[in-house]
Parts: sequence; structure tokens; C-alpha cells
Amino acid sequence: MHTLDLTIENLAKVEGAVSVEIKVSNGKVEYVHFKAVDYKRFFTNAMEGKPIAAIPQLLARICGTCSNAHILCAIEACEHALEIQPSEQTMLLRYLTSYGLMIRDHALHLYLFVMPDVYGKDNFLDFDENKPEEHQLLHDAFDIKAAGNFLSTLIAGRSVHALHPTIGGFLHFPEKEGIGEAIKKLEEIRPAVLRLIKIFEELPWRFDRKTNYMALVSERFGFLNGQIKSSNGEIINESDFRSHLERIVLPYSQASAYKHEQESYMVGALARINVAKDLLHPHTKESAKTALAIFPSTNIYHNNLAQAIEILHSVNDATEILSGREFTPEPVITKPPQEAVGIGVIEAPRGTLYHKVELGSDGIVKGGEVIVPTGQNQVNMEEDIARLVEESLSTKSKEEIQFEIEKLIRAYDPCISCAAHFLKVKWE
Amino acid sequence: MAEENKKLKIGWFSFSCSEDSTIVFTELMNEHWQEWKKMFDFRHVRVLKSKNIMDEFDIAFIEGAITSDKYAEQLKEIRQKSKKLVAVGACAVQGMPAGQRNFFDEKQKEEIEALIARFAALPKVLRVSEVVKVDAEVPGCPMDPNIFLKVVNELVAELKS
Repeated sequence: MHTLDLTIENLAKVEGAVSVEIKVSNGKVEYVHFKAVDYKRFFTNAMEGKPIAAIPQLLARICGTCSNAHILCAIEACEHALEIQPSEQTMLLRYLTSYGLMIRDHALHLYLFVMPDVYGKDNFLDFDENKPEEHQLLHDAFDIKAAGNFLSTLIAGRSVHALHPTIGGFLHFPEKEGIGEAIKKLEEIRPAVLRLIKIFEELPWRFDRKTNYMALVSERFGFLNGQIKSSNGEIINESDFRSHLERIVLPYSQASAYKHEQESYMVGALARINVAKDLLHPHTKESAKTALAIFPSTNIYHNNLAQAIEILHSVNDATEILSGREFTPEPVITKPPQEAVGIGVIEAPRGTLYHKVELGSDGIVKGGEVIVPTGQNQVNMEEDIARLVEESLSTKSKEEIQFEIEKLIRAYDPCISCAAHFLKVKWE
Repeated sequence: MAEENKKLKIGWFSFSCSEDSTIVFTELMNEHWQEWKKMFDFRHVRVLKSKNIMDEFDIAFIEGAITSDKYAEQLKEIRQKSKKLVAVGACAVQGMPAGQRNFFDEKQKEEIEALIARFAALPKVLRVSEVVKVDAEVPGCPMDPNIFLKVVNELVAELKS
């Protein structure tokens, strides 16, 4: 096969609406267009003129599955603009919010989106309850998701568009009874998470590419603060992160892409485990020893394994935080508005998330910017798809190539709801 | 096969939104998946499967606001193929927040003008009921899970009777 025109409309089992267009002539890929296809909702424009208190809940609406990551990132940006230093308890509640999100979001991706490809099925719900292995997977999936959902609801009020986290603290605090139940649920799913790690540790899928892996690295593998580090050895402060990225306008997509120092790079679970696996919870390091020995890895399919390991870390660290202390009501810290720019950088499930808030002295937001993980992985994804297609042309049918492309894209776990809906692009 | 035929055919479609109600739907599955697996034929649900079938639905759930003529045409086709159509979540029910540009001031409208034109988006974002007849609504941002379950149970009872 020397020529190929392949369009995958509305790719299934990813978050959001995406199409892929590929053109091949004379055995060479002319282009790969990974296109966000839903229409923009203009969130960064909508920030203008809003009071700062409204910003976290507004930006949460960029994305359903990542909403709590957007809330935490926006809160950090707003607190930096207002010079608010959150309390130690607030930070622990934010870690727990983040852990609830990681557990339920990674489990959604690994079981509902990826597992059907592993087992040669179309739909996770088609798994057969009468076969012991598939029966176990069905129950594991929904038990893990439910535990993450319970933790999110207990700490943050909801697992989607959380109600309790706010600028300066929390509006509600978890009670003893709920904490006990959360610990019980988290302990109960540990064996299921270990089974999940084993599946992705033993999975023989490979697609290697050398790239620069970037992630926010803190003292504890907690997704929320620290400095951005790369596998090339760079260290970047949160406030300088944006100046290290170059935006690329994609005329065919409702999203845009980013490069770092003119090169493509990757963010997400694989990047985090590659640059910071030593910071994982000690119990995770012990229980996932053989899986962790695989990292650093250049195999994109190990992003799935890295996500499974992050579920275990989230379970372990959340259990430790919840077991170690009581949470007492604290007043929300407030500060008067001032003319300032606030930057928030956190690790969302799919990678490094950046929010900027430009605040006026009247407390009204003048503008802002949002950079999501999927925009940062876009160039890598398109380059990988091109190489995969070129390598498969002589050996695989069009249908097989399409399946391999879908598998590869799912390994990146793109979130198109995030990528499509906020960009403020100036057309030349 | 006979059992498969008795299952209610379900479609779940997302237009302009954050897909937060889809996530609530997948979270409700944590408690209801065994019951739903027996009861429903998930015929066109992009979050669950690749081989989606667009023939006919007992219940079509619509998430998101309508932001283009293309979306309006797709929605009309779904309506025509569905016995019951349910709008889920604030964007579908009220057109917001996906339709926040409807309320932009002149300066903000000017900023986005070129993009609206470039991608042939509608000048005004529409809620689902402005395009087709809606049989039931599940409000909330994201949709309220309890109202969703109530609506589903009522429609199942009606369709099975």
C-alpha cells in the first residue's frame, strides 16, 4: 500500500470529540491532522469582567472529567494573584481531592477505554460475567471508580465540578464517619489495583520514541506544587513555565499545540513516573517494585502502566493522610484584591496544567490563559501516528492500521473537551 | 437474541459542552452497571464503544448545546430516530455555560468574531429544545444524578408498558 487517505471521524473511547485525517502518497505520510472538532466555548474570553471568586467554578466547566484539576489549578492561580498562603490542612484536603480525581479518572481510562482493546472487545460492558477473569475485571473497574468517586465526594463535595474547594481554603470538612468509610473502601480496592498494574506490566504492546518528558515535581508525589522538571535535566519554576512554551496554531483544529525549545515533548503519567518515580509512596514502591523497574521508559504504552501505578500511589497516600489526622473547620483566608498576575501549575491526570489570571485592583479579572496537557502532547501524537502509519503500510490492512492508530491515541489519553474550548487565537 | 431484542435501545450524544454529564453517567454505572447491562442495549454511546449504530433508539440522551447548523441537523436526525429524547445537563437544558458567548459584550464579541466565522458556528448558541421537541429534562451542571435516575426509571416503565 503506497497511498492512503484515512479519516477517523469522532474517535470513540476518548474524552471529547476528535477526528484524525491522514494522507499518504508514495509510501510517505504527507500529513496527520489530529483535530479537535467540537466548537469553542471561549472560556478565556469569558474570564474577562468576572470577579475573581467566580474563576475556579467557571474554569471547571472547561472539562467534565478533569474539572477538579481545573478548580485546583485556578484556585492556585487566584491565590498567587492575591498572595494567599493556604494552610497545611487545606493543602492536605487538596491532595485528597487530587487523589480522588486520579483514582476515578485513570480507572475510567484504563478499564472503559483501553481494556476493550486489550481483550479484543468493542465495549467494556460486553465483558462476560460468566468468565472468571472478565467477571473480576468488571467488578474491579467499578469498585475502583466508586472508591475514587467516594473520596472526591467526601472531600470536595462532588467528583465533577467540586463544591468545597475555594480560594483560601475549604467550605466544608470531612467528618469522622465518612473518613472511616473512605479508608475502608480504599483498602478494599488495593488488590484490584495490584491486578490492574500486573495486566499493564505484562502487556506486550510497544511503540518507542525518544522525547523530552516534563512534569511538576514536588517533595511528595502529590501533583500540586513544586518545580517543573524534564528528562533532559531542566528545572523550571511554575511562574516561568509559560515562557518556555511556544504555541503553534493549527488551522485545521479547534485547539492549538505547544512545543518546548522548538521541540515536541510529553506530559502525563509516563512523564511523571519517568522523572519522579523515587517520590512515590513507600508502599507503592514496595508493591509495584517490578513494574517500577521498567521506568524510565520510552514506550508510549507504558503511559497506561504509569497510570495504574499512580492509582496505587493515590490509594496509599490518601489512606495515610486520612488515617493520620482529624480535620477541623478553618475559616477561609481572604485578602483584598490587587493589580497582579497569578500563575497556577498543577499535574492534572493527563499532565501539566497551566492557568494564568490577570487581576485588577477592583477584584475584577482582566484576562487569562489556560494551557492543557493534550495541547502539549499534540505534536508528539501526530509525529507518532505518522511513524506508525509509515511502518505499517507494507504489512497491515487499512482496518488494522486504523485500529493501531486508535490504540496509540488512547495510550496518550487525550482530553479533547479540555483542548477545544478556551483558546484565544489571533488569526493573522 | 430474543433477550437482546427486549433490551431498550439507548443513544447518548454529546454536542458543545464539557461532557460532565457523560462522566456522571459513567459514575452512576459504578452502582448500576449490572442492572443496566441486562436492561439496555447501548447502541450509540461513544464513551463506551467504537461500533456505534445509528438506526433507532428507545431513549436518546442529549448532552451539550447546539452551536452549528451541522449539530442542529444531527440533532434532528436523532429526534427522528428516537421514541423519547432527554436533554441532560445545563448546556442542553438551558444552553449554558456553553452558550456564554451569547452574553458577551461588544469587545468580547469582536475578539471571537473571526473564529465563529472560520468554523461556521451559529451566531447564537441554542438549547436543545430550541431545535427539537424534548420529552424530559435533567437539569444541573453536571446533570443531577437523582433526577437522571428518576427520569430513566419513569421512561423505562412507560416504554415497557
